[in-house]
Amino acid sequence: MRNVRWFMFVCCLTACLLVAGCRQSPEAIQRHLQEQLIGAKAGDVIELPEGKFHFDRTLSLTVDKVTLRGKGMDKTILSFAGQKEGAQGVLVKANDFTIEDIAIEDPAGDALTIQGGTNITVRRVRTEWTRGPNENNGPYGIYPVECKNLLVEESIARDAADAGIYVGQSENVVIRRNRSEYNVDGYEIENSENVDAYDNVATHNTGGMGVFNLPNLPRQDGKHVRVFNNQIIDNNTTNFAPKSLGPIHDLPTGTGIYVMAIKEVEAFGNKIQGNGTVNVFLMNYNTGVSPDSLQKTAESQITQTVFKPGDTRFYPYTQQVFFHDNDISGGGKSPDSRMDTIKAMAAALGGSLPDIQYDGVVDPKWARKGDNPGQICLMNNGAATFLNFDAAGNMKHPVSDVKKYGCMLPALDAVSIPQTVNAKPGGAAGTP
Amino acid sequence: MMRVYSFMRSRRAGAALIAAACVASVLGGCGFSRQKEVRAILAEPYPKKLSEWRLFRSTRDGLKPNARVVPYDLNTPLFSDYASKYRYVWMPAGASAEYRDDGPFEFPVGTIFAKTFAFPAEGRRGDERLIETRLLVHTNSGWVPLPYIWNKEEDEAFLRLVPDPVEIHWSDAAGKRRDFTYQIPNTNECHECHDNNKVLLPIGSKARNLNKTYAYEDGAENQIVRLTKVGYLRGAPALDSIPRAPKWNDASDGTLADRAKAYLDNNCAHCHQPGGTAGYTGVDFRSTHFDLSHSGICKRPNSAGVMGELQFDLVPGHPDESILLYRMESIAPKAMMPQIGRAVVHEEGVALIREWIASLNSQSCGLPELRPNAQQSRRSGF
Repeated sequence: MRNVRWFMFVCCLTACLLVAGCRQSPEAIQRHLQEQLIGAKAGDVIELPEGKFHFDRTLSLTVDKVTLRGKGMDKTILSFAGQKEGAQGVLVKANDFTIEDIAIEDPAGDALTIQGGTNITVRRVRTEWTRGPNENNGPYGIYPVECKNLLVEESIARDAADAGIYVGQSENVVIRRNRSEYNVDGYEIENSENVDAYDNVATHNTGGMGVFNLPNLPRQDGKHVRVFNNQIIDNNTTNFAPKSLGPIHDLPTGTGIYVMAIKEVEAFGNKIQGNGTVNVFLMNYNTGVSPDSLQKTAESQITQTVFKPGDTRFYPYTQQVFFHDNDISGGGKSPDSRMDTIKAMAAALGGSLPDIQYDGVVDPKWARKGDNPGQICLMNNGAATFLNFDAAGNMKHPVSDVKKYGCMLPALDAVSIPQTVNAKPGGAAGTP
Repeated sequence: MMRVYSFMRSRRAGAALIAAACVASVLGGCGFSRQKEVRAILAEPYPKKLSEWRLFRSTRDGLKPNARVVPYDLNTPLFSDYASKYRYVWMPAGASAEYRDDGPFEFPVGTIFAKTFAFPAEGRRGDERLIETRLLVHTNSGWVPLPYIWNKEEDEAFLRLVPDPVEIHWSDAAGKRRDFTYQIPNTNECHECHDNNKVLLPIGSKARNLNKTYAYEDGAENQIVRLTKVGYLRGAPALDSIPRAPKWNDASDGTLADRAKAYLDNNCAHCHQPGGTAGYTGVDFRSTHFDLSHSGICKRPNSAGVMGELQFDLVPGHPDESILLYRMESIAPKAMMPQIGRAVVHEEGVALIREWIASLNSQSCGLPELRPNAQQSRRSGF
């Protein structure tokens, strides 16, 4: 039996209902909750009552096997407006952690950071900056990094200056039934392996969802990502990422899904519509990241110091990507004119761009020959328009006939994590 | 300045007091324990009161350490909102630390560090107010941080895992008002600075920082010599082969570059080194591994967010284009560095790093309209 520890001020709040005027100060509430998190024992459930509670410094947890539970995403609100210290709202460095039914608002930096945990569940958590999209908002809403067996479900992320829901350098991940809106990126799946993202909504972001690898990170070689039954619609919010955040600043406004520098990606059953620059963008790293946005991998300082000099683990090419049975339409109608290359391409094509765009860049070392050495397979995607714009060949040999990419790849295996395998029937892991 | 009692003298006094305490305890009426030996408590539950450790015989008119509690200080310390810091170390009888050239010494289980933070007391000229004493105790299961917060009477400090912030008001020697909220790290936050590869370690007690003269009650002596004499340190080589960091604010004690490196070493490197909280950034500020190319030259920040209009961590020759300085000058969470443990700008530290960046051979990092070695800054220097 798990030991349920009520948040200490619950008693006081109850008393407050009886005795008018008695109320704990925000400082006392903050201290009590942080003390509970520090003093927690394995198996504890820390319950938070309804209400909006103000915190001016990071709340942190380092004890394994703890659940932090509120009364609902709109009922238990941890507000970090006016935060004085710390770069996160909630910071967790622990295993077997569950957070559910809580909102985190207006932190100075990332809203919910979870570092290096195994068996992590984020359920019905809302992260939001209440002033709306703004370059001074924190970069990430829900931000698990270097995690294993990770479930993010039924959550809402808004207004992050980088990604609303981010999963980075993690393995065995399920992201499902979430809503991400008014962020720069709705979802980011970065340098991660074995990921299922399904039944999610991404709308009114700058870009809906990115599936990619980046250099200069300890964990490389992310792959095996399934993206299915998601709605990635009308992501046309003007990019508001500050330049200092790096490549995300260059994400074109109006991007649906982008896939970059990764292999083994399968996308099906998605509704991808109305994204103004492109519905589906398949590209090599050097196409996606502008040359001045990151220094070349091998020369970069991080590579030189954190990794071996001349670290060659990063592989910039995209291959083995299978988009099939998606409902893709109405993309590229209002391309982002901020980007010179997009502007030029749109002008050449009469003002609008195709739904699916592929840079056509291939590794010259690949043994596979023929028209499609990258094994980019596009099947049954409705009336989606297509263009391989031949970035490597200075756009001299574009291909607009999608049938040249009419191939199939083996279906990827579903991701299995303890949180979904052990779920009650009818609870988690239901069919969409 | 607080008065510091010498190790030798307090040991004699301590012996007498222990004898007295024994008599008292035989008589059965002695509940107060300051006269006795330091108590090393190496497992939970840790004492609720600082006095239970018996590190100090008295706290009136400054801290009076118990027998074998040895004071020390550092050549270049971490800046903490202009707090005065009073450091002491104690080890169990017969135990000693093993000398290391780089990094903290290997301290034995049972070691207790006690660092007390004090600020000038408003309205009490020349007097100070004790705020907190942080213990770092080497227990059987590793180092444990324990923050004790002083009461108003300053006769007892109480264990608070999540200390409340304290309002600080004072005027410095130049009459400048210092009014701010002093944030005391909670025990989770201790790990942010002290952890390396998830192991909590002491930070300041390294050879290069301890290699200095200290004015003990019985005379001035090099701290490493003294620690060896009292049996707390073994394996130290001859003094002239022990590394020494300069005092960051004493121009006669080191070159500008060396003082800047010492400052960055003790204010930044606990996170900015491999295995530290900011190890992933690739920036390494350890003075013993210093390499300008690993200090953020022309490097974009990893995930810093808005840094004004600035793009690079360090633009040599151009302090006002350097995010490093921008973050030292900020007190906004997320933007500021260090991210915890600082509520006011360290004006003299900023001036040192400004001067150092300006002294580096100018590079533009590809930024347009950067005149080489532009001397005037958009912001006025301190």
